[in-house]
Amino acid sequence: MARLTEANELVAREIIGRYPRPKSALIPLLHLAQEQDGWVTDDAMEHIAELVGVTAAEVLGTCSFYEMFKREPVGTYLVNICTNISCQLLGAEELLHHAEATLGVKAGGTTRDGLITLEDVECIAACTEAPCLQVNYRYRYKVAPEDFDRLVDDLRSGALVDEVPPHGTLHRTRQRIPTDRAAGAASPVGGREPAWIASRPAPAKDTP
Amino acid sequence: MPEATNATDTLTITVDGKEIEARPGELLIDAAERVGIYIPRFCYHPRMRPVGMCRMCLVEIDTGRGAALQPACMAPVAPGMNVTTDSRPVVKAQDGVLEFLLVNHPLDCPVCDKGGECPLQDQTMAYGPGESRMIEEKRHFEKPIPISDLVTLDRERCILCDRCTRFAKEVAGDPLIHFLDRGGQTQVNTFPDHPFASYFSGNTVQICPVGALTATPYRFRARPWDLQQTESTCTSCSVGCRVVVDSSRNRMLRMNGVDIDPVNWSWLCDKGRFDFQAFESDDRLHGPLVRRGSELVPVRWSEALNEAASAIREGLDRSGPAGVAVLGGARLTNEAAYAWAKLTKGVIGTDHVDCQLGDGLPAEVVLGLPRATIDQACARGGTVVLLAPDLKEELPVLYLRLRHAVLEDAATVIELAPAATTSTELAAASLRHRPGEQVTVVRALLDGGPAPQGADEDGFRRAAEALRRGPVTVVIGRSSVAEGAGAVVDAAAALLAGLDEVRFLPALRRGNVHGALDMGLAPGVLPGRTALADGRDWFAGEWGAVPVEPGLDATGILRAAADGRIDTLVLLGADPIADFPDHVLAERALAGARTVIALDTFLTASSSQADVVLAAAGYGEVDGTTTNLEGRVSTLGRIVTPPGTARSDWHLAGDLARRLGADLGLESVEATWAEIERVAPSHAGVTWELLTSPEASDGVVVPLPSRLSATEVDVEGNALGGSDVSVVGGAGVPAADVQHGQAAAAAVASVAAEGGPQGEAGKAESHAHESAAAAHEDSTDVSAEERGHDDAGGVEGQDDVPVAEPPPGDRPSLLRFAPPAAEPSVPPVDRYSLRLFTTRKLYDRGTLNQQARALRGLAGRSTARVNPIELARLGVEPGGALKISSARGSLVTATLADPDVPRGAIVLGWNLDGPDPGDLIDAEAPVTDVRVETTS
Repeated sequence: MARLTEANELVAREIIGRYPRPKSALIPLLHLAQEQDGWVTDDAMEHIAELVGVTAAEVLGTCSFYEMFKREPVGTYLVNICTNISCQLLGAEELLHHAEATLGVKAGGTTRDGLITLEDVECIAACTEAPCLQVNYRYRYKVAPEDFDRLVDDLRSGALVDEVPPHGTLHRTRQRIPTDRAAGAASPVGGREPAWIASRPAPAKDTP
Repeated sequence: MPEATNATDTLTITVDGKEIEARPGELLIDAAERVGIYIPRFCYHPRMRPVGMCRMCLVEIDTGRGAALQPACMAPVAPGMNVTTDSRPVVKAQDGVLEFLLVNHPLDCPVCDKGGECPLQDQTMAYGPGESRMIEEKRHFEKPIPISDLVTLDRERCILCDRCTRFAKEVAGDPLIHFLDRGGQTQVNTFPDHPFASYFSGNTVQICPVGALTATPYRFRARPWDLQQTESTCTSCSVGCRVVVDSSRNRMLRMNGVDIDPVNWSWLCDKGRFDFQAFESDDRLHGPLVRRGSELVPVRWSEALNEAASAIREGLDRSGPAGVAVLGGARLTNEAAYAWAKLTKGVIGTDHVDCQLGDGLPAEVVLGLPRATIDQACARGGTVVLLAPDLKEELPVLYLRLRHAVLEDAATVIELAPAATTSTELAAASLRHRPGEQVTVVRALLDGGPAPQGADEDGFRRAAEALRRGPVTVVIGRSSVAEGAGAVVDAAAALLAGLDEVRFLPALRRGNVHGALDMGLAPGVLPGRTALADGRDWFAGEWGAVPVEPGLDATGILRAAADGRIDTLVLLGADPIADFPDHVLAERALAGARTVIALDTFLTASSSQADVVLAAAGYGEVDGTTTNLEGRVSTLGRIVTPPGTARSDWHLAGDLARRLGADLGLESVEATWAEIERVAPSHAGVTWELLTSPEASDGVVVPLPSRLSATEVDVEGNALGGSDVSVVGGAGVPAADVQHGQAAAAAVASVAAEGGPQGEAGKAESHAHESAAAAHEDSTDVSAEERGHDDAGGVEGQDDVPVAEPPPGDRPSLLRFAPPAAEPSVPPVDRYSLRLFTTRKLYDRGTLNQQARALRGLAGRSTARVNPIELARLGVEPGGALKISSARGSLVTATLADPDVPRGAIVLGWNLDGPDPGDLIDAEAPVTDVRVETTS
């Protein structure tokens, strides 16, 4: 699978430059990789390891801690239905079953066209608006089954392209740091070329 | 592992009502353990930083605000601290922690390798609840999974103590295993297809407190209660790690590191841990062989020994003692080395003996330089100069110690190397020199002037500052066999002359090469670090006779054998065809010697060409002592019996001596050591009783400080490693290893200094010498002048010093380094050549690596590494083939573009599969320049 593209590698180096230590850029770079492929590939993790000067195992250790870094392919749209207590009391289970029936996948699965991945999640902090869900982390409140059907239709028809970018996309919100404010960690790649010390020694000093 | 701030200050704390002394900064868990109060723990390891992850060491600590449960591994002692380790809350906490750990830990102890020696099992029995309330399903993982060639992981047994992952990151610096999927399914694992390929992976097995990590070679091979434990010393390299060998029914099954403070801190490298397997290989020699026609056939011992003895006797008759030469001995124990030195130098009377194979340093350099210990090298705030091979590849545990010193103890490493090594990332400055031109950089550093052209200015400045700051330890060895030893010796001489406080740690790699050198298995020296010229009379008194003239070193011996001047060549575990840098010469030498006698554990490339092969006992099959690179003598355990009728090397020396009409008088290991202690100047006072006493469990560094302080401490209090008489080499040493052999021989002198003005005066003198040499590097007049000067000293010395008649009972003096008289002449690289540089790998084609089941197959292939710009110039694609030719021969190899290799160099792996740089090297040339061309 894919390492970071050349264009993204440049972005990666810019991101690394914001921090005093390259390793600090690990999580932003994982986001970058997820934006590129929609999920974080093993190759991308290896590439990130090279860029920030740690081992791939350390990158994986960080990546695998975060539920929202996907290490398996997911659909263009990731639909998270909350099944925690408030939502559950107001029909989240029914909503989830409806969604599974509508999409023809179990929670955790991806529709055959690769468009939608359905997940059940713990509380997403919108209990006042229960039952709620997220599409690529964009909220939909008080979702009734027919609202869900409309949402799926809109996603399929492309009506929401402007509102909901594909899974992983960050470029709309990416932080821009002026270069003069970057901490300026040196990239560990591409140091100076080694050269032999060539000159003759300076004449020795007089000795007592 | 926070350091105790000041060892002399102590404070008082109360543990379980008992007042105990503790050192400020010390952790409570350590302070309590020192007085015999054991606080249970899983994650805490005294050689790693505490993390407080397992909570097993919770104790009640009251510092005046009431007792509270705190982990003892995270609590530094504080004055007035009142600690309870057995109160009800503590017992309840321990109970709870164990019950919690056992929520997921499977109870598969009967089929688990750790069962019987498992901290979790033991502590559950001692502190656990006895019953579990958990009826839920435990975690399941695919099992077992190999995480490297040597280590297997059963994840469901893991209690997530972070020991292995901390070791990998903190100690080894190979963070290839990590916690993954943190949360309810946390596991330790590698990245997919990135195995835990660390040279130190076996240590994680040793420190795993459960059976999660197991060594693949040991898995399911024994139960702990069937094992017999014998303490010994690892002889896979010259670091001399203390080990415990577990054996059962006459088989060695496992090796674990023992924590001794001065050396290995309980760590081992994987080669040292697993290569004992080689000694139970089916290819071991089980008995003596003698050549009949073109075949080696098994014979009885008497026949083989008679044949060997008569070959030696006939050789003596034909060409005198000079017709017999002995190569090797670094595999031997100290006692065997002494027996062989006595046999060769005392009975046979030849000084053509060398335990190194042209890949080390001259004996008088190793023995004469002021020696450092590992602790001195790794001292807080010290400076370490690496004039040495890649330590991680050759002396791995020394690398671990040095890594710790840099990361934790603010040591500064200055590396001088032609290309990047694994130590480069530890170095404050890594200065690149052309192979053979180390001394240029050293002089520039000592001069304090601006950085020479090509040097990284910041690095150069940092290095010069660190050198001035001191104390300086120089790790000295042969980084490449494609260049002569002279370059390193010159650099060492310049450092010795230019620095006030400098010590040397010789990074010679073979197991007991230092013991062999100490026992006199080298030309021009006698047992106990004595020059032949100095010790001749003393040893003539002890042994009856000693050689008159210093003999040839390995290169000289092989050259003489190739020219037909060696009648009998004895290979003491040496394999010159594989190990000598110049394969052409080695092969011609074995063909040229009339009789070749080999003492070996295996039929190697060389011993299979011998006429008589005497099967020798190997590691774990003989007792005795070994000496590490510090000069530390430690004991070896005899664990198993040798295969077949193989005999120990010291027995064979005695057998041969008897057949030559002499009696070595060495009836046992203890008796041999007693004689060594009695006759060897450097070993005075190191008695067998001392060596085997509990106080000497860390080994004994020779010479003893009492002996040094009497005669050999200079004005600054530096033990100089030499006594009041200085000797350079030995008259007529054809130091072919040293490229400027003639000049060195000419410089041989016994400098008179009975009053002992060896401190300042000696230094000034040698410094003057250095400066003169530096100023007029190419002037032959200077060397003549030098020669004259040294000769004068020599004459004077012979007049004044009672060398001729040492007072009875007075041992000869110790060797003392003197700088070689002339610069080696390193030819400039022409524009058409690349300078060859060889590097070694831990896993190579060496006999032990190949014979140990676990390690076989780990050796890599040799690939030429060249700077990408150079490759582009040659029009070779990275990975493409290249033909490399020297005056000696040529080879075709695959290439790898490596930006860490400077232009003008080509790096080839030594003793790996694939093309062999030994075909290109002329051992008598100072450097090896090669021409390269594309093959198409």
